[in-house]
Amino acid sequence: MAELTINDIIKEENLVYKKTKVMTDNVMHYCPGCGHGTTHRLVAEVIEELGIQDKTIGVTPVGCSVLMYNYLDIDMQEAAHGRAPAIATAIKRVMPDKFVFTYQGDGDLAAIGTAETIHSCNRGENITIIFVNNGIYGMTGGQMAPTTLSGMKAVTCPRGRDVNTMGYPLHITELIAQLPNVRFVTRQSVHTPANVRKAKAAIRRAFENQKDGKGGLSFVEIVSNCNSNWKMTAVDANKWMEENTFKEYPLGDIKIDWEIQEGKISLRNRKLDY
Amino acid sequence: MEKELKLMKGNEAIAEAAIRYGADAYFGYPITPQSEVIEYFMEQNPIERTGMVVLQAESEVAAINMVYGAAACGMAAMTSSSSPGFSLKQEGLSYIAGAELPCLVLNVVRGGPGLGTIQPSQSDYFQSTKGGGHGDYRLIVLAPASVQEMYDFVQIGFDLAFKYRNPVLILSDGIIGQMMEKVEIGPQRVRRTMDEVIKQCPWATTGKTANRERNIITSLDLVASRQEEFNRKLVKKYDTIREKEVRCECINCDDADYVFVAYGTSSRLCMKSMDLLRKEGYKVGLVRPITLFPYPSKIIAGLAERVKGFLTIEMSTGQMVEDVMLAVNGKRPVKHYGRVGGVVPTPEEIVDAMKNFMKGE
Ligand SMILES: Cc1ncc(C[n+]2csc(CCOP(=O)(O)OP(=O)(O)O)c2C)c(N)n1
Ligand code: SF4
Ligand SMILES: [Mg+2]
Repeated sequence: MAELTINDIIKEENLVYKKTKVMTDNVMHYCPGCGHGTTHRLVAEVIEELGIQDKTIGVTPVGCSVLMYNYLDIDMQEAAHGRAPAIATAIKRVMPDKFVFTYQGDGDLAAIGTAETIHSCNRGENITIIFVNNGIYGMTGGQMAPTTLSGMKAVTCPRGRDVNTMGYPLHITELIAQLPNVRFVTRQSVHTPANVRKAKAAIRRAFENQKDGKGGLSFVEIVSNCNSNWKMTAVDANKWMEENTFKEYPLGDIKIDWEIQEGKISLRNRKLDY
Repeated sequence: MEKELKLMKGNEAIAEAAIRYGADAYFGYPITPQSEVIEYFMEQNPIERTGMVVLQAESEVAAINMVYGAAACGMAAMTSSSSPGFSLKQEGLSYIAGAELPCLVLNVVRGGPGLGTIQPSQSDYFQSTKGGGHGDYRLIVLAPASVQEMYDFVQIGFDLAFKYRNPVLILSDGIIGQMMEKVEIGPQRVRRTMDEVIKQCPWATTGKTANRERNIITSLDLVASRQEEFNRKLVKKYDTIREKEVRCECINCDDADYVFVAYGTSSRLCMKSMDLLRKEGYKVGLVRPITLFPYPSKIIAGLAERVKGFLTIEMSTGQMVEDVMLAVNGKRPVKHYGRVGGVVPTPEEIVDAMKNFMKGE
């Protein structure tokens, strides 16, 4: 039998995966193993599959993903730190037929931009928020975020986060889920192929919720890593995330079509939790 | 056609002018003495009248960022506030200037610093004309002195904003915002269609269609040399604005020995003081800058060739006076007189201030 060459393999019928045309060819600046790149790809794939490239406006945050506009071939606006939901609110209000999303880190969304986040959610702006929670300020070099785990070390809490003086890890996602105008809230991750598939389905649903006329805001949290600032290898970071972060932030749908899923939100009690 | 006249507050005139201009969006947060702007909008429900979006934001920070979002879509977007709220808008204004977006902002100034007072003041001149937020940028600043000008400057402001892709500020004060005067109202203009918006603003984020590259609205450039190049481009734009857009009124300056320099409410007070002084035989004139950026420096420099001195009247501890000094460049004496903290000077005390100035005191 003749030996198989590469050209025998590169054939249309053998194609199992293709880079979406909604992504540009620009080289990403993310650290190897970082979840941002994968999450970008999922957003781009969903935009392609829904055929909404010409109708989608994205808003990028201040954080490691500030340059997301270099990687997606759609119209995008770069926001001031934390203000993306206010900007997205206006875009959707002046062009209601467009698909509008923000992409924000945990510092951006849950610290400096808390007001903009809560109020755009409370108004039920018909937009999609993609919230990448890596429990740290990635871009500025690993300072504590509102989502940093109890006891976790960061350069601004070198002895670990002390919940008595620095507060508990902020569950902004559960807070938002309780707002009546918020339609869909889910928490996913992108650290394994199975999780990537689930996360993509969630992102897809969040975008689809903008087109059936029922309104409401859709919120997708991606629990992610920051191996560089966690000072771990990419593989160790994902393992650490499974063992620690997922305990604090369990994966799964929290609210679907205005219905809070059973057992997903419970009152947190300081003494019981820690 | 019959002129349409209406008795209106300055703050209401702004809102009505925006609706009639065919503005696309207003985002605001209540603060005295300008809450009538958003209240008038809400009462009028412009979404019904013209399709204009009006939204009460959760803060001034959110409101100015909403303006950013709408402006980046090519929309004629505006916001309004008063001093403490205007401080909160500086972040957004810096980003809007950095992204070269058009928008209109109204500041109905009250006394400060801090929470200060709700009474009228002109103490935000520095913040308005020298940047205000971080980075090297300028707003185009219009200073109305009547309710009619509040109305008229909305159109002028939006037109300038789109011409230069630059934020425009209407710098008013608590008196102009609150007082009622007769206003001549213009006809209702039809808002631009989406196609017209795209034609006018090919840079806007209106959705990346197959026939063009993606549009990105950002103020970020991590390459220092490119950022410097951008800064230089902005300087060029500001220089063009300085050259072409100066607006200023000179009253009784032809034969004047001494002139007042004043804008907004202070200029109206000076009109009265000037009349009183002229009745006593003093040849006094008034320079009223209508644009505070660009500043009418050349006009003042020209006058410095022949008048004996300049007295600025401001409801501040002396801010615009620095621009007058720069223009006069040491050729003549320049002094400042003002009341602050929400106190408005009387025409008589301004007369006394000018007499003292003329005596060289
Ligand atoms: C007003 C303002 N404050 C602070 C900063 C500095 N800054 C840039 S990114 C960032 C934190 C980003 O963290 P996060 O949102 O979690 O995003 P990540 O980089 O982790 O994805 C900070 C504090 C800024 N750019 N602007
Ligand atoms: S610093 Fe952290 S969040 Fe930023 S790219 Fe690197 S791994 Fe990702
Ligand atoms: Mg982060």
